[in-house]
Amino acid sequence: MKYGVNGQGYYGDFGGAYIPEMLYPNVEELRQQYLTIINDDEFKAEFNQLLKDYVGRPSPLYHAKRYSEKYGANIFLKREDLNHTGSHKINNAIGQILLAKRLGKKRIIAETGAGQHGVATATVCALMGIECVVYMGEVDMERQAPNVSRMKMLGAKVVPATSGSKTLKDATNEALRDWIGNPVDTHYIIGSVVGPYPYPDMVARFQSIISEETKKQLLEHTGNELPQYVMACVGGGSNAMGMFYHFLDDESVKLVAVEAAGKGVDSGHSAATTFLGREGVLHGSRTILMQTDDGQVVEPYSISAGLDYPGIGPQHAHLFKINRAQYVSVTDDEALQAGLLCSQMEGIIPAIESAHAIAYLEKMKFKPNDNVVICLSGRGDKDLDTYIKYFGY
Amino acid sequence: MNRLNQLFNTKKDNLLSIYYTAGYPELNTTLDIAEALERAGVDFLEVGFPYSDPVADGPTIQHSSEKALEAGMTLNLLFEQLADLRKRVTIPILLMGYANPMIQYGVERFCKKAAVVGVDGVIVPDLPMYEYETLYADFFKANGLSNIFLVTPQTSEERIRKIDELSNSFIYLLSSSSITGGNLQVSVNIEDYYKRIKAMQLKNPAIIGFGISDNKSFSKACEYASGAIVGSAFVKLLGTEGYLEKIPGFIEAIRPY
Ligand SMILES: Cc1ncc(COP(=O)(O)O)c(C=O)c1O
Repeated sequence: MKYGVNGQGYYGDFGGAYIPEMLYPNVEELRQQYLTIINDDEFKAEFNQLLKDYVGRPSPLYHAKRYSEKYGANIFLKREDLNHTGSHKINNAIGQILLAKRLGKKRIIAETGAGQHGVATATVCALMGIECVVYMGEVDMERQAPNVSRMKMLGAKVVPATSGSKTLKDATNEALRDWIGNPVDTHYIIGSVVGPYPYPDMVARFQSIISEETKKQLLEHTGNELPQYVMACVGGGSNAMGMFYHFLDDESVKLVAVEAAGKGVDSGHSAATTFLGREGVLHGSRTILMQTDDGQVVEPYSISAGLDYPGIGPQHAHLFKINRAQYVSVTDDEALQAGLLCSQMEGIIPAIESAHAIAYLEKMKFKPNDNVVICLSGRGDKDLDTYIKYFGY
Repeated sequence: MNRLNQLFNTKKDNLLSIYYTAGYPELNTTLDIAEALERAGVDFLEVGFPYSDPVADGPTIQHSSEKALEAGMTLNLLFEQLADLRKRVTIPILLMGYANPMIQYGVERFCKKAAVVGVDGVIVPDLPMYEYETLYADFFKANGLSNIFLVTPQTSEERIRKIDELSNSFIYLLSSSSITGGNLQVSVNIEDYYKRIKAMQLKNPAIIGFGISDNKSFSKACEYASGAIVGSAFVKLLGTEGYLEKIPGFIEAIRPY
């Protein structure tokens, strides 16, 4: 793959494994084994079986008729919201729990922002009967309260991260600290295409099922497996990478990644990483991150907990730098309006994260025969409180 | 040969090093603390440059870093403060921190500046060996700076040998895989680990860090290594009233000889 990772864990200038020695044995074990394990026939069979029978894959590719009329192109929604647990996060969680089992791990830790990855991880741990600890920023526990209860009901222990901005970045720090202290029996299920190599590549592979299915489904719908545009929101970038993966080498397909502008890119309350960030190191990889001149990480802001992260995965940083994908941003207001519109025009209440991707339709210029796929990464149940407060329903 | 090498050549055991975060508890007492520690008999120092996301640190050093950043500590300011370092302090000094602030500052510029003010070495826990070797080692060497690597009970023998080869002052031995501020782990397995390291006859001396907080843990560590580093316990002291006056007593309690 032209845009894939090299032997040292880099995508161009980005990636690597910037980790303290305490994490080295764990990360090295993963690096040595992940490809062998996930390419093993038995692993693949178990993974695919669970995706089919437990997650409910393939997720539909829905031709959104009213949207298509409104935006003057064929708009397709890749329905990751219909997955068990309500988002794309479950694809990666299933992959990693099967991998953890094969590595002989007895305990799982995870970080979560919106709670979707936490719920997905708690779910697969229940499924396998493995102990599960989820770190979640205190601020996020409040704004995504239903997911906290779901994780607890699924048997996971939810530990509040109380440092820094008390959001996803800080939850990730706490999970890394836990892993440092539990180097032998614990596997860390990272929820996005971030972290030290091999995580970005491993998570991208597990999420690549999204574009693998999309190609087949598009062929059925349109007679061509390649669309003109593929769009997705980017927090760390896992649904986007899954959505882009099998289109990366088809240069005719334009890739659009939508970041969270929060209250506006220049407002000082934003999570638009490629607009506001510079190259550096965050959570174990060289990437683009929001930081001060002194190299301190800047606290991001977005109404969407899943996009409220100051970095992006290293492969995204690479695709951005070489211009293979276009990185754009959408404000809180635009995303919430798009969430309402999607509810009332298509009968789908999207997660606020996914609503960011949809909102960017307003700014696109299509030709009438363009085929456009948007990753509808999750459902909006967890966000009802936020929607209700905003619109007053 | 820098001050660190000279120290290790002349003193082989019971070495005591202290870590503290620059800018905590007050922005401008970095050199006052260093001076007080030298007067109290400490052998070498680690001055932390704070980072917003210190993943290898426990609550005590996280807190000191947060406070130092709030007070306005930056690498620029730290180097300004250290301009008079060698007028006031003679013992070896290492800078300790995370990769991102150093990369933003520019690693070559960082190394040059560190050498100019009289720093002897650098500890950057999240700077990997591969990146150090391929991207940065030349800057360290050109400026006479030692780079210090960490070793844990899970580090393989092959990797320890490689670390020994890349090191030119000492190896930072962790008593367990843990963040800072824990307790020294002593168990049969750990004794085996120390013995294993000793039997490897490394060219660099080993200094034990993380979890050393009092005379008991210090003495224990010195049974297995050339010395030990105290971090969180000292940073806690800095958080108390009249900390400068308390330094001699604190050091005396840890190493009464
Ligand atoms: C529904 C949904 N979409 C997107 C994201 C953002 O993550 P990523 O960028 O890794 O897809 C999240 C994260 O929690 C999410 O829950």
